[in-house]
Amino acid sequence: MTQVETDHHPRSTGESLAFRDIGMIFPDGTEAVRETSFSVAKGEFVTIVGPSGCGKSTLLKIASGLLEATSGEVEVDRDRLGYVFQDATLLPWRTVLGNVELLAELHGFDRDERRRLALEAIDTVGLAGFANHYPKSLSGGMKMRASLARTLTLKPPVFLFDEPFGAVDEITREHLNEETQRLFQSEGFAGLFITHSISEAVFMSTRVLVMSARPGRIVAEFDIPFPYPRSPELRFDPEFARLSGEISHALRGSHS
Amino acid sequence: MSTDTSTDNAASTEIAQGDSTDAAVRPRQRTAAGVFSGSVLPPLVLGAFVIAGWYGISYGLLDERRRFLLKPPHEVLAQGFLDWPTFSEMLSGLWSSTQVAMIGLVISIAIGFLFATVMSQAKTIERAVFPFMVTLQAIPILAIVPLISFWWGTGQRSRIIVCVIISLFPIIVNTLFGLQSAERGMHDLFTLHHADRVTRLRKLMFPAALPAIFAGLRISAGLSVIGAIVGDFFFGRGDVGIGQLLRRYANQLMGEELLAAVILSSALGVTVFMTFGWLQNIAIGKWHETSGGGA
Repeated sequence: MTQVETDHHPRSTGESLAFRDIGMIFPDGTEAVRETSFSVAKGEFVTIVGPSGCGKSTLLKIASGLLEATSGEVEVDRDRLGYVFQDATLLPWRTVLGNVELLAELHGFDRDERRRLALEAIDTVGLAGFANHYPKSLSGGMKMRASLARTLTLKPPVFLFDEPFGAVDEITREHLNEETQRLFQSEGFAGLFITHSISEAVFMSTRVLVMSARPGRIVAEFDIPFPYPRSPELRFDPEFARLSGEISHALRGSHS
Repeated sequence: MSTDTSTDNAASTEIAQGDSTDAAVRPRQRTAAGVFSGSVLPPLVLGAFVIAGWYGISYGLLDERRRFLLKPPHEVLAQGFLDWPTFSEMLSGLWSSTQVAMIGLVISIAIGFLFATVMSQAKTIERAVFPFMVTLQAIPILAIVPLISFWWGTGQRSRIIVCVIISLFPIIVNTLFGLQSAERGMHDLFTLHHADRVTRLRKLMFPAALPAIFAGLRISAGLSVIGAIVGDFFFGRGDVGIGQLLRRYANQLMGEELLAAVILSSALGVTVFMTFGWLQNIAIGKWHETSGGGA
């Protein structure tokens, strides 16, 4: 797939990632995304919630250049883009350490440097002690942590999360959410997160966008005012419940 | 299977002796006994039945005159395995065939990897080459024997070529399937980080292909042994292979030697098969979900 998108550096507006009038129609005629514009600035964590198949993931693929939009343009620095996939996509023949080193390896870092970056990232996600384990002996949550660590090694200024915690159990997911917002705090990236869990969205984000069913459009936008770091108890806050309710309402409205 | 049968026996008799055994060690003994009765005993029992049946046919079904059709086991043992001149002749035949099989296999692996790798790089190439592969595979070896002897004579070279023709296809098919087995997400990961073709092949496609490659190798290794023996039947010049000996023993109605040679040939096939199982365990046992079991 050739990359015709303009991927020059973002304008001086502080936007790390910007979608302008993005439209996506697949070769089979399916219209996945229509006239979508929004941007994510440094220090923002934006989450898109929407029904399954509404084109949320398509937006990330367009942002990263894996897909080419049929109209509109994306502005982002693709050289050091962090992308966390739906699956952990760990290479089963490599240990956790080997997997976390992979990206630095692909980017041509020397052995010592990538080892150092990898160990640091493994430590950050709390997998120290598992560096020499193969993926087959890890739980789903641990695989996801390893996947996060792999992305962290490049210290990406923009982090794309494609529904990464959809396959883990609720408790693990909450833990991973807490760690993700902690990472967002410490690493200072601009985050764009895809999910269909409203509580996950509200818990981590500075802003939540609601996307309609296919063809996907942004139909509502909510600012999430809670300060960071956010404690797990935030989930029981009445304001949290009120926001979740409103988002849920907007999501329902988008269905009909 | 390298289970120590004597300890297993000891353990099982101890259990059989009854209740006086120390309770603390019993579970372990029971496990050893369990292994014995679970996976060692059944083939032993069946083997005993087969030998009994063999005797039954040799002595019960065949009269004196026709007993050469199936000599009883102890005569096969005595004349085929314990008579040194005969046995050493068979061993050298076996060695010659093993060499042919291994050379053939190595050539198959080289050609197979090359073809599969090239085919994995473009669907067009795969589509162009595949029909010819299938056609080559479908030719009965008997049909091209005259051509082979025409072009390459009737010596070792022709035997190796038979081996290659027989063992090539599973390597190509399995390797290609393996190279195409890496998940979409992993390919996306490599694409995002601008991996070039060679890096993708070396760090993603090839390691992902290893389980399938080994599955293909095990099949092809067995086939290469068959190829070497079949090749012997048609191309007998030069070293005498085990296939040649099989033919000679059959022609001369040497029943004991014939059966001994058959057993040796199958032992070679089993050894080769198990060797590759063992190699597979070493290569991918640590990480592959379903391997790591016995060879």
